[in-house]
Amino acid sequence: MERDELDKSIEAQSLAEQGTQPTLPEEEREPLTWEIMFSRIKYALRTSAPYLGVVGLLSTLLAYWLLTEVIKAPLFDKVPGPVAVASEWFSHHPMFRISIYSGIYYKHIWASCWRIIQAFTLATVLGVPLGLFMGWKKVFKDYTFPFFELIRPIPMLAWVPLAILMFPGYEASVIYVTFLGAFFVTTLNTLLGVESIDEVYFRAARCLGSRPRHLFFHVIVPGALPFIFTGLQISMGYSWFCLVAGEMIAGKYGLGYLIWNAYMEFQEPVLIIAMITLGFLGWFSSALIRLVARRLMQWQVREIAG
Amino acid sequence: MILSQILGGKGGALAKKAAISSEATAGKISIRDVSIVYDPEGARVVAVDGCSLEIPAGEFCVIVGPSGCGKTTLLNAIAGFHGVSSGEIYMDDQLLCSPEMTTEPGADRIVVFQNGALFPWKTVLDNVTFGPLIQGRMTRKEAREAGHELLLQMGLSGISHRYPSEISGGMRRRVEIARAMMNDPKVLLLDEPFRAMDALTKTVIQKYLLDVYDASNKTVFFITHDLEEAIFLGTRVIVVTSRPAQVKKVINIEIPRPRDFRVLSSEYYRHLKEETLEAVHEEAQKAFEAGEREMA
Repeated sequence: MERDELDKSIEAQSLAEQGTQPTLPEEEREPLTWEIMFSRIKYALRTSAPYLGVVGLLSTLLAYWLLTEVIKAPLFDKVPGPVAVASEWFSHHPMFRISIYSGIYYKHIWASCWRIIQAFTLATVLGVPLGLFMGWKKVFKDYTFPFFELIRPIPMLAWVPLAILMFPGYEASVIYVTFLGAFFVTTLNTLLGVESIDEVYFRAARCLGSRPRHLFFHVIVPGALPFIFTGLQISMGYSWFCLVAGEMIAGKYGLGYLIWNAYMEFQEPVLIIAMITLGFLGWFSSALIRLVARRLMQWQVREIAG
Repeated sequence: MILSQILGGKGGALAKKAAISSEATAGKISIRDVSIVYDPEGARVVAVDGCSLEIPAGEFCVIVGPSGCGKTTLLNAIAGFHGVSSGEIYMDDQLLCSPEMTTEPGADRIVVFQNGALFPWKTVLDNVTFGPLIQGRMTRKEAREAGHELLLQMGLSGISHRYPSEISGGMRRRVEIARAMMNDPKVLLLDEPFRAMDALTKTVIQKYLLDVYDASNKTVFFITHDLEEAIFLGTRVIVVTSRPAQVKKVINIEIPRPRDFRVLSSEYYRHLKEETLEAVHEEAQKAFEAGEREMA
């Protein structure tokens, strides 16, 4: 039976006895992450999905143009059309100073991004360990969970006045509100992630001689990662929501401020520009998280690819 | 056969490095009048009742009984996942559990689970080296070398850098057995490990387990409700009653080792199967009727 295998094994044994390292059979090389991504893009271009997406976008744009600038339908008569928006956005001499060539546009973008970075980072750095710890120690969860359940349903907008009272200046209060929004989502999703781990992995790890700290680093953390990253995606979306709300009420820069200011000063094209910019930034930040998730969770990437 | 050549040679390279010894000197399990009751204050579900069983070191002991009869409960008690309500369990005359105490699970008695428990976030090699690394028995380099060697000997070297999700169910089960063997356990506890497998994969992996057993002579505590599997693998088949579990019948399987599939068509095998079936069928019937009453 299995002649070849037998021969190979005997060969390996004799090599091992001679004290030389048995040569491992040539393993097929694992595809690199970018290779997987590239092949996935190539595959996607062979399906109809990307083309349908483009057609969908273009027809929406067409409908938007027809409604606002050609037919001037009721409800849409005050909405600036794509031509009006584009002629502000891509102009060297924008009427309201907001175009891709004006420094002030980027100043608003950067103000918002910087607040998101600070708030989101803080929420992640505090929320993930807290969630992990709540999932790890039942007693700690029993202490903290009811508090979370009471605080979480309070809409973030309701925090804004209190935040302004608490913190000196607008900057800190806007960041605080953004942080709060992200923090609850991150913590609770991390907790959910720990609780979703199958008991059998804990048992297996204990069988193999794990102490509690091994359980934490080898089972709880990696086991909760998929939920943590789902949580971070939601939390990122929620951060933008809270940020814009905060900026509309307080602040001197930022896209939320820009939108509110454009509304007050009848600069309708600016309003649309700021909204679309927010759309792009939200999409981009979400993609960034997905990228990190793929890096950290190779086992899931390979599962899909394989 | 292959493995026995590689693993079995006393003082062979692998036996030293991966700590697999071929003599069964340890791993005697002694279950003395054990009862296990769930929810003793309330529903009082008696899972195991007055069960006594001696498993000598190095025996392949198969437990057969109807579904939900308390076999797994008994295995969990040996593993240290939960305690007993009365009686004691000893391993090599060292008390594992009694109503007063339960010894924490440890690498001396490793469980291979029904649905598999390889860590999906670790590669095959990292899974296999996990035990020795966290116990601090080997350095990272030593563990990787020993792990590579063990995987090579067990015919799994080509997949050492793959994740469990990338390999077949049969392969995963082999890796899990390898992961257990890396720790040189005294006892292997297998809880219906091949249940979810198709018949063809099952025959391959049963033979594989037999090779590992023949080479290492570990004590094996194997739960199944597949009679063919029980007779093909076991040195003794213990038929237990429907819940609460008690030993109903002990059948000695005197088929010489190493075994292969030819025994499955022998007259002796057929006779054993009939004998086992008779004992099990009665219990299955009881369990079935009890189930019906519970439903009604």
